[in-house]
Amino acid sequence: MITRAPVETWLYPADAGLFCAPGNFYIDPHRAVDRAIITHGHSDHARSGHGAVLATTETVAIMKVRYGENCAGAFQALALGEATTINGVVVRLEPAGHILGSAQVVLDFGGQRAVVSGDYKRAADPTCQGFEVVPCDVFVTEATFALPVFRHEPARGEVAKLLASMAAEPERTHLIGAYGLGKCQRMIRVIRDAGYDKPIYLHGAVLELTRLYQSLGVELGDVRPVAGEDPKDMVGGIVMCPPSALGDRWSRRFNDPVTAFASGWMRVRGRARQRGVELPLVVSDHVDWPELIATIGETNAAEVWVTHGRDDALVHYLATLGRKARALALVGRDEEAE
Amino acid sequence: MKAFAHLLDTLGNTQSRNRKTALLARYFRDTPDPDRGYALAALTDGLPPKLIGRLPLRRMLGDLTSRFIDPVLYKLSRDYVGDTAETVALLWPDTSVARANTDPTLNDVIMAMREGTTGERSEALGRLLDGLDTSGRWALLKLLGGAPRVGVSARLAKTALAEAFGQDVSDVEELWHALEVPYTDLFAWLEGRGPKPDPGSKPVFRPVMLAHPIEDEDWPKLSADDFTAEWKWDGIRVQIAAAGGDVRVFSRQGDDVSAAFPEIRSAFLPYDCVADGELLVLRSGDIAPFNDLQQRLNRKVVTAKMLRDYPAHVRLYDLLFEEDQDLRALPFANRRARLEAWHAKHRPPLTDLSALVPFASFEALRAIWSATRDDGIEGLMLKRRDSSYQAGRVKGQWFKWKRAALTLDCVLMYAQRGSGKRSSFYSDYTFGVWRDNDGGGVELVPVGKAYSGFTDDELRLLDKWVRANTMETFGPVRAVTPGLVLEVAFDAVQTSTRHKSGVAMRFPRIHRIRWDKPAAEADTLATVKALIG
Repeated sequence: MITRAPVETWLYPADAGLFCAPGNFYIDPHRAVDRAIITHGHSDHARSGHGAVLATTETVAIMKVRYGENCAGAFQALALGEATTINGVVVRLEPAGHILGSAQVVLDFGGQRAVVSGDYKRAADPTCQGFEVVPCDVFVTEATFALPVFRHEPARGEVAKLLASMAAEPERTHLIGAYGLGKCQRMIRVIRDAGYDKPIYLHGAVLELTRLYQSLGVELGDVRPVAGEDPKDMVGGIVMCPPSALGDRWSRRFNDPVTAFASGWMRVRGRARQRGVELPLVVSDHVDWPELIATIGETNAAEVWVTHGRDDALVHYLATLGRKARALALVGRDEEAE
Repeated sequence: MKAFAHLLDTLGNTQSRNRKTALLARYFRDTPDPDRGYALAALTDGLPPKLIGRLPLRRMLGDLTSRFIDPVLYKLSRDYVGDTAETVALLWPDTSVARANTDPTLNDVIMAMREGTTGERSEALGRLLDGLDTSGRWALLKLLGGAPRVGVSARLAKTALAEAFGQDVSDVEELWHALEVPYTDLFAWLEGRGPKPDPGSKPVFRPVMLAHPIEDEDWPKLSADDFTAEWKWDGIRVQIAAAGGDVRVFSRQGDDVSAAFPEIRSAFLPYDCVADGELLVLRSGDIAPFNDLQQRLNRKVVTAKMLRDYPAHVRLYDLLFEEDQDLRALPFANRRARLEAWHAKHRPPLTDLSALVPFASFEALRAIWSATRDDGIEGLMLKRRDSSYQAGRVKGQWFKWKRAALTLDCVLMYAQRGSGKRSSFYSDYTFGVWRDNDGGGVELVPVGKAYSGFTDDELRLLDKWVRANTMETFGPVRAVTPGLVLEVAFDAVQTSTRHKSGVAMRFPRIHRIRWDKPAAEADTLATVKALIG
């Protein structure tokens, strides 16, 4: 007979992050460790210098582009849906729907199952595999947008807004600030799906990852670097850049551009005003409030652990539903970069 | 509601004044009555209570939201968003009605909200919210609750209105306070379908006449005999319009500031006139610092204590109407005589006349001008004796001769990003002067902030310097190494409890950039304090 080992006895927050004791590995540790499982390539989850890294093929490729070929001692790629056993802990990666290669880490040990979801979303995203619900005992979730005011609009509606603005301002370049890994490529793809087939220009900081997406099979059409081209050719067109570049000296080369920012934070006017952007686009790669609540329900988890974000609101609300929930308050997560 | 919501959304995200004007003008042209009038009201003075009655909006929303959201979640959301109307707009469930995409007119909304008990109106509000999307819900609540804060001043709205129909903004301003929401007679006139609305006996704003700063090249063209001189007071310009037992106090831009100055209203209650003057805080005949006057501005209600501590006074210098006589076409000298006679006859309390400064020649006047450093005086005004009273800054009629600005050499301490076209530049500068510190050394203490006075080329150089000399970055602000001296010009120095240095400058601007001067040789706090008037 198997003794049931409560999840908190074998999975818990340690100094470097969430630690699986029997497997002797961390998940998304915030500093270098011997063995790490990485949910996805964003820099607050994937860091360099680990002894060994287990992740999806795409996440491994992203890490190598960002940090160099030798950014970890060893890499083991695991396909989505496949399982491996580490010291008696069965580890499986399932799609999280956050960005290309993003995965939830499913851990089975002692007759109990924990799902560490990383960052995730339920909304459609043509650049990555959709989130799979995995029933479990403990569901470890983010809470970036865990306030009921956050309901993200479908991305294609926001892209329609962008195209309408371009039609209304044909003499101005549209400069779109978007997080360089994931959001940027998703925006390009949704813009393509809306029928826009002219070249889309890229700031140097988003160039390499966009090329990587293309090489991993995501169709993004004609994308070109801004550098070396005449900004006059971009009048009336689209330029993608990291959000910080919108107010940077770099942006002065475009004469009076329309500045847009694609982020879930844009739903709140004060946040859009703070950014000073003319065209806020509410496009998020995280779950919004209704998706978050629905997902937790679907996993049927007896217990919910909240890694980062608005854990106060989520823990409170889950308690009113009679669900056990606690905040892990993991450090090193960057919620603003969205 | 959709067009209005879209207008508010775009205005809120547009920085450029020209673009905002164009957006408003298009909306006023394309939208039928009475909706455009309601929109205009929402952007300027708000919907008047007599239109929809007193609306306990906050209570109604509290009641409606409690039906679908836990109070703790509501509070966390409200704290995050920072605005009740927006919180409710975001939280409100997207119903199947909303997905059906209804588009009530603003008039439908007002009709639905104007009658019934609070409970009935609350239900009506709930049904309206049900039919709208997020942006529509926000616009609805801003229409009803006022203060949409989309960066449109009343003045800008009026300018756009005038531009939309090719009229003069001063005509719109002059009529403004006699009009009633939803301004259908105004639109009829603007579109050439009706007569110009008649203000009748209501006290209304008359666009004010403004002065040009006098330049060196002006003097040879002017003759001293043609001008009168008076002091330029350090208060705010007001127009007092009294008629039919009502008195309004208007700012230079035509904003009605009456509510903040009840004692001035009472002083003019018995009369029928429009007078031009300077609003001051006066204590035993002395003009109090401008700071004191600021305590009285922008208030909807004033307490007895404020009336006592900051007593308001109007120093009159022109008379535009006496009874039903429009004096504006008369020469200034004649209006001045009428003003003196009127004031001698009635002696309204809390008023006096701005005395004329006699002078034989401009030379003699210059001697007076340069010798005067009295509190409350900013310089001199020169008015052409034969000038009629015309709206705006009319060339060659009135001049302001501000006393020479004071300048100090200050050290750049912090730079902040600008907005709009300047958002990629560090264009707002906080500067300081030296003072002794407890450790026996010296330290910089901030004395002011300026964002004007330099050319575009100088801005580029300043921006470059800031980036190259940054010590620390706090969001949009950079602290820089103390290495650049700015010669700052300003009108006066006042004591201030708000600044660490204990002083505040009035109208500081960058006069020169002293690339050559070592920071250690900049001025000290003691020098600044010696300038306090």
